[in-house]
Amino acid sequence: MDLFEHQARELFEEHGILVPRAEVTDSPKQAREIARRLGGRVVVKAQVKTGGRGKAGGVKLAADPAAAEITARQILGMDIRGHTVGKVMLAEPIDIESEFYVSYVLDRATGQFLTIASAEGGMEIEEVAATRPEAVARVPVDPAQGVTSAKAAEIAEAAGLPAQTVDVLVRLWTVLTREDALLVEVNPLVRTRQGRILALDGKVTLDDNARFRQTRWGDRDTAHDDPLEAAAAAKGLNYVKLDGEVGIIGNGAGLVMSTLDVVAGCGARPANFLDIGGGASARIMADGLSVVLSDPAVKSVFVNVFGGITACDAVADGIVQALDTVRLTKPLVVRLDGNNAARGRAVLDDRAHPLVEQVTTMDGAARRAAELATAR
Amino acid sequence: MAVYLTKESKVLVQGMTGGEGMKHTRRMLAAGTDVVGGVNPRKAGRTVDFDERAVPVFGSVREGIDATGADVSVVFVPPAFARAAVVEAADAGIELAVVITEGIPVHDSVAFLAHARSRGTRVIGPNCPGLITPGQSNAGIIPADITKPGRIGLVSKSGTLTYQLMYELRDVGFTTCVGIGGDPVVGTSHIDCLAAFQDDPDTEMIVLIGEIGGDAEERAADYIRQHVRKPVVGYIAGFTAPEGRTMGHAGAIVSGSSGTAQAKREALEAVGVRVGRTPTETAGLVLELLETRH
Repeated sequence: MDLFEHQARELFEEHGILVPRAEVTDSPKQAREIARRLGGRVVVKAQVKTGGRGKAGGVKLAADPAAAEITARQILGMDIRGHTVGKVMLAEPIDIESEFYVSYVLDRATGQFLTIASAEGGMEIEEVAATRPEAVARVPVDPAQGVTSAKAAEIAEAAGLPAQTVDVLVRLWTVLTREDALLVEVNPLVRTRQGRILALDGKVTLDDNARFRQTRWGDRDTAHDDPLEAAAAAKGLNYVKLDGEVGIIGNGAGLVMSTLDVVAGCGARPANFLDIGGGASARIMADGLSVVLSDPAVKSVFVNVFGGITACDAVADGIVQALDTVRLTKPLVVRLDGNNAARGRAVLDDRAHPLVEQVTTMDGAARRAAELATAR
Repeated sequence: MAVYLTKESKVLVQGMTGGEGMKHTRRMLAAGTDVVGGVNPRKAGRTVDFDERAVPVFGSVREGIDATGADVSVVFVPPAFARAAVVEAADAGIELAVVITEGIPVHDSVAFLAHARSRGTRVIGPNCPGLITPGQSNAGIIPADITKPGRIGLVSKSGTLTYQLMYELRDVGFTTCVGIGGDPVVGTSHIDCLAAFQDDPDTEMIVLIGEIGGDAEERAADYIRQHVRKPVVGYIAGFTAPEGRTMGHAGAIVSGSSGTAQAKREALEAVGVRVGRTPTETAGLVLELLETRH
């Protein structure tokens, strides 16, 4: 789960890292009030979970509270790379002397966290890494040791950061580990003309797998942008909305991803990703069908199941029971293969639903579902 | 021959007495696995009757090893207890820990993988279906009855795609199929398995299944170029996945321009690996290559 900038800022503050004074709002009128409280002159920043905000016009300086209201009204509702701005953060302007970059990222190759740090902050770190690789330090962190003061000093030295940043580096590591974060990035980390070290902008990604022990997360905004995704999440389904017309239901993340690709290869576009898992019970199948069928863009549905642990006849029973509770409004192409495939297919044949078709191969079934979705 | 798991492997099951543990221990035994014990401190001293045999429950992995000579542990414990379970297994000197559990916090995986490395324990997973050497032993949840022993080695991030390929190639059969798991951090990589299959005299050809996220497939391609002399056939899932969305597996995410299926396919093809566009076409490529070699 990615956090908004203002949520990352709060986490940093809770862990004793200096941040600019700031408040968040969804109302231009309140923006004026906030600007007044912060001393008049403020930076108005769109709260969206994507990069490139500044270039898109989502970050603006407002000279006084009246200007803050006007600017907030301009930015709220703006579309930034497909994300609608729902809130703005107003922050006191900071007198910057120099800008740095610091992040802790998961290095999949080594299975450890890696520090990426540079004395050239404020721009995209990928750009710095591409043009001046020697300006970017990469320091692996031993998980058994973590970032101690000594380790932080090593990182600061390697990246050419001032010694003052050592304390912040240690505190950011605490954010990473205590909050079960997968990514903590500060860009820029700044030194002000007064000599203070401040986290001016940050990005934090939390590990969804740690939800069971991070009870505070319940308060965070986990709202889904898409109503179908919200409905699927409420039913505990692993669903991602896409832009096509062939609804996809399958078992296993890899097989479902593959199903999307094979449908796309047949000239149609998948409408969603939906993994109903190994079990594929009647209830999950019914829940899945109802979500996929409620997508108005869907023209046909492809159910692609490989019977491994759960044999195909059990899956077919699940589909038949689901057909009793969900009114099928669009053609359904079913491909069952694996354990007890013949028995499973017979179960569906016996049900003889006029909108259900069976195709025995994955590629053939994908072709058929694509045909049904693209036919006039 | 096979890799990592043979009929000689003596298998402990951590979490055997739970629902999933019971179900899959029964299936492992039916597949011929030498399951020598379960581990649960609260049920130590009891035995659990399965169809094939009565399996003792030990209070710790250490006790299990002392009593049976176990060298493999399959971990079914819930996410909150997985870290302690793997650390215990590694400290007790287990050679191979197969972590089936899905949903383990990444910081826990990072910690137990580092600990296992320091103790010389190989970890497969987490969030994986385990591995099977058909006709010999099955450690995990891979269905054993959809394929047979044979000449192909398979390594995959995905469970069901593994099953699909095992089934499509059931007439040729497999030496060992390893499901390495779909989490961002796993104990055994594609490269580890490629090295093992290259060294295994009975493995004639290798199937490598990857998916979006990270650069494990690109690194595997580089390894193939340098070290693998056996033919490799590949399949990559996730060409249609949108940027920034997690597709089922915690590790399956395209971030910016990195981790795309296209880049992985190109990297593999650049080193001479033939990559199928569908699972079925991939199986077809394997059959075609076997044909031309004989």
